Amino acid sequence: MAIVEAKDISKIYRLGDIDLKALRGVSLTIEKGEFVAVMGPSGSGKSTFMNILGCLDKPTSGRYLLENVDIGDLERDELATIRNKKIGFVFQGFNLLPRTSAVENVELPMLYDGVPAKERRDKSLEALKDVGLEGRGDHHPNQLSGGQQQRVAIARALVNNAPIILADEPTGNLDTKTSAEIMEIFVRLNTQSNITIILVTHENDIAAYSRRIIKFLDGRIISDEKVVKS
Amino acid sequence: MINIPSTFRISFRALRVNKMRSALTMLGIIIGVGAVITMLAVGTGASRRIAEQISSMGSNLLIILPGATTAGGVRMGAGTQPTLTMGDADAIKRECPSVSDVAPVLNGVAQVIYGHQNWSTGVIGTTPSMLVVRDWPLASGRSFTDQDVKSATKVCLLGQTVVDNLFGDMNPVGQFIRIKNVPFVVIGVLAPKGQSAQGQDQDDTIYVPVTTAQKKLFGTSFPGMIRIMMVKARSTEDLAPAERQINELLRQRHHIGPKQDNDFTVRNLTQIMQTAEQSTKVMTLLLGAIASVSLLVGGIGIMNIMLVSVTERTREIGIRMAIGAKTWDIRLQFIIEALTLSLIGGVAGIIAGISTSELISALAGWTTIVSPLSILLAFGFSGMVGIFFGFYPAYKASLLDPIDALRYE
Repeated sequence: MAIVEAKDISKIYRLGDIDLKALRGVSLTIEKGEFVAVMGPSGSGKSTFMNILGCLDKPTSGRYLLENVDIGDLERDELATIRNKKIGFVFQGFNLLPRTSAVENVELPMLYDGVPAKERRDKSLEALKDVGLEGRGDHHPNQLSGGQQQRVAIARALVNNAPIILADEPTGNLDTKTSAEIMEIFVRLNTQSNITIILVTHENDIAAYSRRIIKFLDGRIISDEKVVKS
Repeated sequence: MINIPSTFRISFRALRVNKMRSALTMLGIIIGVGAVITMLAVGTGASRRIAEQISSMGSNLLIILPGATTAGGVRMGAGTQPTLTMGDADAIKRECPSVSDVAPVLNGVAQVIYGHQNWSTGVIGTTPSMLVVRDWPLASGRSFTDQDVKSATKVCLLGQTVVDNLFGDMNPVGQFIRIKNVPFVVIGVLAPKGQSAQGQDQDDTIYVPVTTAQKKLFGTSFPGMIRIMMVKARSTEDLAPAERQINELLRQRHHIGPKQDNDFTVRNLTQIMQTAEQSTKVMTLLLGAIASVSLLVGGIGIMNIMLVSVTERTREIGIRMAIGAKTWDIRLQFIIEALTLSLIGGVAGIIAGISTSELISALAGWTTIVSPLSILLAFGFSGMVGIFFGFYPAYKASLLDPIDALRYE
């Protein structure tokens, strides 16, 4: 079953009198349970594409279907609901709320989903346990290492049972060893929980954890190939 | 929909992080609310005092003063010529339908002696009507009667101040005192009345029958002469007709031609006092309005800080939006934050306002009254200020583009 269907998507930014074509007709289908790495130099349009996949932005033309729902037809608040229920975000800079404990950070998506307090707390602790941060719920982001912060972010992405995780260079700020640990979590979530993972990265050895690599250049997909696991 | 208690927690936390800033922002509201409450307390206190004075004076009261004389082209002040008589007083009571009672006054200052004590006080010769006209009950004993007035008996009623000075704790009723060396029996004591509008001690007085005053104390060459008259109208609406009727009657009785000036003056004290009360009320409103301006300025302070806060927390807003915060989730968060600032400031302001009012009472000796309504008003107003001035920053935050907000450094 196709979870993501992009049909001839283009995105044009107007900068004064100049039209900047960030995406020039991208078509793509991602099946449920895939692990996709998106690569490409900066300015290649991969970030724009990820923003559209994440329902943070709408295409100028073309259609984007997420679980067969056309995103182009939705209002701002409807997009927020889609992001809340369908998509988990993991960012390069972690993007945790400062001065807010790990468990409260993880609770945040459920807060906007109207989950009762007790259930929120239980599910958050469960998710933290799932990423190996049992007993760290009370820590604030500035008391956690980079790898631990990223685990909190992954727990936050998991907690609403979103079918897709979008990870934008999740290991960009981490050292090699920690990067490997984080990637192991993604692999486990993908294989055990059948969560679709779409990951942006510059590094080949990170992309190697995925099973499909899509390369962007100048707003187009230039290659789309399965990773052959040795 | 957003979870209100958690939003309050989030707001509190955000405010705690910038303690100094939050405190200074609240200070605007504290001063505003405090000023509103203090001003209303001072104003309400002043109105209450005037209202008390009106009721202590006696309600629906007219005072008739003897007129000005003109001697060789030199005009003298009101009351310089003794023109009023007991006959006038009786005629007014008899013939003016809007008048309920008339009390004549012939007064003077006299030395009063009881045993080893002596005291100088105002002695007022009058009729039993006086107690009715001035709504003045007796604390003990009895009033003198019309019979006492007719036969000019030497009886008197004492004001509380006189009792205190001559008798101390003793019961004066039945005792003899000497006024200007004339012996009088004390038959009653007037209930304490306090200060008049002019700050006079109304209890420093002695009432005697008017005829006794004329014959034994303040004798004049004109028999039946009195100094002033106090007239009680039947109701507040009757004050103006009573004034007109008295004017007509006295002009007739005093044979004043159509082109001549009155040789008497009618004063409507109640009206004067009510005007004063009205102007105090207007003043209270004015003071309150001016104080509200400072509350408004405090509100602008909140808006300013909230705008700064929205800018500082752009990234946080972006994160919240990315994980599913809807437009109103963001708006409510910032409105509640502004509301928290203004309501905490409001409560502190109420405390500040009450303390300031108390301080003004203690230091300046003014009557101040903090009414529950003014507290409610100030609190409600500060809440409204919070919502009103919090809305624009909240609105601005909710319109941020999540992508830009996430990238914001």
